[in-house]
Amino acid sequence: MNDMRKIERDVHMTDLKIKARGVNVHYGETHAIKDVDVDIVDKTVTAFIGPSGCGKSTFLRCLNRMNDTISICRVTGQIEIDGRDINDRAVDPVQLRAQVGMVFQKPNPFPKSIYDNIAYGPRIHGLTKSKAELDEIVEKSLRRGAIWDEVKDRLNDSGTSLSGGQQQRLCIARAIATQPEVLLMDEPCSALDPIATAQVEELIDELRRDYSVVIVTHSMQQAARVSQKTAFFHLGHLVEFNNTGEIFTNPQDSRTESYITGRIG
Amino acid sequence: MTAIPFILLILAVLGGYFINRMAAREIRDTGNRLHSLTSYHGMFSALMILVPVLTFILLWLVFRGPLVDRLVMGNLPDGVLDNLGTGAIQLILAEIKSVSRGVIFGTPEDWKFAAADHFVALNKRADWLLVVCAGALSLALMYFARSRVTAEFRARQGVEGIISGLMIFCSVVAIFTTIGIVASLSYETYRFFEMVPITEFLFGTSWEPQIPIREDQIAAEGAFGWLPVILGTFVITFVAIVLAVPVGLCSAVYLNEFAPRKLRSVIKPLLEILAGVPTIVYGFFAVLVVAPAIRSFGQSIGLDVAPNTALAAGGVMGIMLIPFISSFADDALSAVPQTLRDGALGLGATRAEMMLNVLFPAALPGIVGGVLLAVSRAIGETMIVVMAAGLIARMTINPLDSVTTVTVQIVTLLIGDTAFDNPKTLAAFALGMMLFLVTLMINIFALRIVRKYREAYD
Amino acid sequence: MTDTTNAAGAPRGQSAADLVAASLKRRHRKQVWLQAIGIGAISIAFTMLFILVMSLVSTGWQAFTQTHVTLDVYVDPAEVPVERLPRGGFADVAGASLGAMLPDVDMTDRATARSVRNILSNGAQFHLRDLVVADPGLIGRTVTIKVPVSDPFDQLNKGLIDRDTPNEFRRVKNNEIAWFDALQDQGAISKPFNWALFTNADSRFPELAGLKGALVGSFWALLVCFLIAFPLGIGAAIYLEEFAPKNKISDLIEVNINNLAAVPSVVFGLLALAVFIGWFGLPRSAPFVGGLALALMTMPTIIIATRAALKAVPPSIREAALGLGASRQQVVFQHVLPLAMPGILTGTIIGLAQALGETAPLLLIGMNAFITSAASSPFDSATALPTQIFIWADSPERGFVSRTSAAILVLLGFLVMMNGIAIYLRQKFERKW
Repeated sequence: MNDMRKIERDVHMTDLKIKARGVNVHYGETHAIKDVDVDIVDKTVTAFIGPSGCGKSTFLRCLNRMNDTISICRVTGQIEIDGRDINDRAVDPVQLRAQVGMVFQKPNPFPKSIYDNIAYGPRIHGLTKSKAELDEIVEKSLRRGAIWDEVKDRLNDSGTSLSGGQQQRLCIARAIATQPEVLLMDEPCSALDPIATAQVEELIDELRRDYSVVIVTHSMQQAARVSQKTAFFHLGHLVEFNNTGEIFTNPQDSRTESYITGRIG
Repeated sequence: MTAIPFILLILAVLGGYFINRMAAREIRDTGNRLHSLTSYHGMFSALMILVPVLTFILLWLVFRGPLVDRLVMGNLPDGVLDNLGTGAIQLILAEIKSVSRGVIFGTPEDWKFAAADHFVALNKRADWLLVVCAGALSLALMYFARSRVTAEFRARQGVEGIISGLMIFCSVVAIFTTIGIVASLSYETYRFFEMVPITEFLFGTSWEPQIPIREDQIAAEGAFGWLPVILGTFVITFVAIVLAVPVGLCSAVYLNEFAPRKLRSVIKPLLEILAGVPTIVYGFFAVLVVAPAIRSFGQSIGLDVAPNTALAAGGVMGIMLIPFISSFADDALSAVPQTLRDGALGLGATRAEMMLNVLFPAALPGIVGGVLLAVSRAIGETMIVVMAAGLIARMTINPLDSVTTVTVQIVTLLIGDTAFDNPKTLAAFALGMMLFLVTLMINIFALRIVRKYREAYD
Repeated sequence: MTDTTNAAGAPRGQSAADLVAASLKRRHRKQVWLQAIGIGAISIAFTMLFILVMSLVSTGWQAFTQTHVTLDVYVDPAEVPVERLPRGGFADVAGASLGAMLPDVDMTDRATARSVRNILSNGAQFHLRDLVVADPGLIGRTVTIKVPVSDPFDQLNKGLIDRDTPNEFRRVKNNEIAWFDALQDQGAISKPFNWALFTNADSRFPELAGLKGALVGSFWALLVCFLIAFPLGIGAAIYLEEFAPKNKISDLIEVNINNLAAVPSVVFGLLALAVFIGWFGLPRSAPFVGGLALALMTMPTIIIATRAALKAVPPSIREAALGLGASRQQVVFQHVLPLAMPGILTGTIIGLAQALGETAPLLLIGMNAFITSAASSPFDSATALPTQIFIWADSPERGFVSRTSAAILVLLGFLVMMNGIAIYLRQKFERKW
């Protein structure tokens, strides 16, 4: 833990997007996240890595309060986005989730047309006033999702008719359309083939210009390829958090080293 | 007396079991290696006896009564049954039977005593014949089974073959049931169309099945146009669905997404209770409470309301369908994968928006299937309408009027003495045929939708 | 922030976050509305359930008691000569002793004597007759009997007849009320539990009508239904789930069973009427035929429940047993079936509960006959509980209204019991794999 406090001082406080302190999560009897502190910087890609069941996805879901939907799940501790505590009673999870978008492990397009999938967020949040504006948002989001060229001629086809990789990029585009400030990605490539994975990774790197991206991955190579910061979770603890290069070349904790060299996992 | 063949059967089965088992043991004890366990040899014999003999006894018992009745009635002196209807003949038979039991009312004619004696004698003979036949059959089968016992005999395969055969028979019974329904309905319907032209039935707009029973009776010629009957059925079904679908769907939406878990665990079983209440109870409820309430309400606002309105019958039927639709819709909503819920919530949708924009449309095929099944139930529902709807067929779609339904007509035409020789009785089968066809089409369509929907999310 | 907004092309001036915040109130209001509608819908359903139960209880509870009158009857040898037994003027002697208890009654006036006798149920004379036939020594002596009063006086005693109604519109006239009050003042009137509701068979007189015939008829019909549907259903389910090859025929059987489960019950009645009664010549009104029809209806339910229970047994158990060299039938009958049994029994009980309440097919095969004795075998004519309810609901006498409700309460009692057993079984033996 002490190592971490040191790192924290190195972060430029002006760019700080998310600040988490002493976060604990309980699933019924299980203590899933134990006293985690993390700082996430704006306009960077932060990767959460660790063996399966270490709590990295659970922690990610704390950041936009998706754990609220699980009745036995209890979250304590402080998580601030732009200096505001998101677990505060006054914070509306609906508003929070519009600000912190999420892409899930399995592509989950709605069984609607591609256009309606993208337009759904802007519509419910009342972001547009006219059809033309909505069309514009849809096109821009699909372009940013690097899928425009593949779907521009069949916007009325069902979202579920696309291939797995296309579906996932559609879901990313759908998340972008809501104009979030942070994008959470929960193992976005685990259900995809290598080519689709490469496309999505490229996209993530692209998105870094405008968003702060937090990605959970079980692939260290992926973390190394796309992220600037990496956090290593193990058994509910945040073991180490540092620049990605540092973590992979010069891990401070023996557990991190074991994981990276393939001895835990 | 009827117990004797069964006792005989049990003895034969046990005997066969032990004889074969002993025989198998003997072979084993002489040092041969048996293919099957000795108990399978025993089982083989037991099943070989049980299945045919039991079938024989049951068939005998079922058909003995009618057969004996026919023999007795056929042996009566000439002329006593002339000019009597089926009901009167039944009465005479009943009297003969009660005389044969020694219960005598009044002074029966001598030929009735003779017939009673004949009846007793025939029954006794039938009983003994059964015992003899069942015993002989058992012995023959026991001998056959015993002769099969050898070291190489695959008794287990034999047993499993018989059991497989029995199980296949069980599965085919369902098919036979359908064939039975189709065959009986189409045969009686065919006879109906020999008396009444099919065009009149299908396109006639008047339904007055009260045909004259005696030649001299002055009554309207029966009219058998089913259109007003099916129209009445649709009016009542419509009322029921209009009530049940919104209420059922709204409660399913609430239960599925918004109800606290404790509340849900109380409401779900209560809804199951509501669904398990027999329809005759709803029928009585309609007569006792709902129809008078609707009537007095109608009168208080100056409307002339019939005592047995389509509204009362349909409304109560709607109440019956609420839990059916609600649980179907709840299941369909629960079948939508969690990832879609997460996807919507992750975009910042409220729970209401997630439900209305994502879950509900995704579950719609399943829900539509459920509603269609509810429609088919409403069309085929009998007791509520028999008690609460009217008897007179009218070409009206006014729910405040009294209308009749297909099922009401079937029941009223067949209640009481039925003879299979007049168009009045046969008309019920023609209506039954139409009812079966209509509900079958809806069911097949609905079940296909539901099946497709389940496959889509499995 | 501005970068983000421009990237997705939001209108200038207002940031996305502001727009979201502006929309929140409206959207949450919509959610509250949706919830309110849902609660309203559920309340409608439960209000109806509540009214249903309350209307049945409020009309039905009265039928669980029956007004009786206690009489000291002098068995006059002149009216009941020993040599004419079992015939005799039992109604007259009972009426005479009742008349003696009333003030200012001229029993020599035939009209008055008749109205006095009408206070007693028609069953009173038979009760007396049975006593005297059993012990002819009673002739010439005085016996104390407690017999039911006839339906109008039962209604009067239960407060169901409004005494303020003008005399000419009231079923019980002023003088009759006076007589009844006189009897009540002498302490002769009592209202014990109505055992006759369970020990008597049907009757034209509401105060004598009971459910015994219906209960026995339902018992025979359910027994036949169980003996046929249970083995056939389980056999079919095991075959279809565990052994049937996946081909067109199994598909056909499967579709067929699902459809059969949704065929209207009245169609099964038509089937039973045409095939079992018309073609095979089985007796009308017999619980055996009713049981056959119910069995064909219940079988799909049992098959579907059994298949679900078999499916719930994990394949690992099958593989383990197969791996030890057991044959497929040994696997199923020695391992899978015992594990699935609680689920199968639960489904069967629920299917039987449905069959118990089923009315339409029984009506068509004539189980709504008026039968005043309980069936001694499944081939005798009988009624069943639901058809008895139907008969009583159709009867014009006022006393049958509360009896109908009471019969429904009895039926619902049986259903609750059966479902309770099913739920108990499910919870006791439910296994999480």
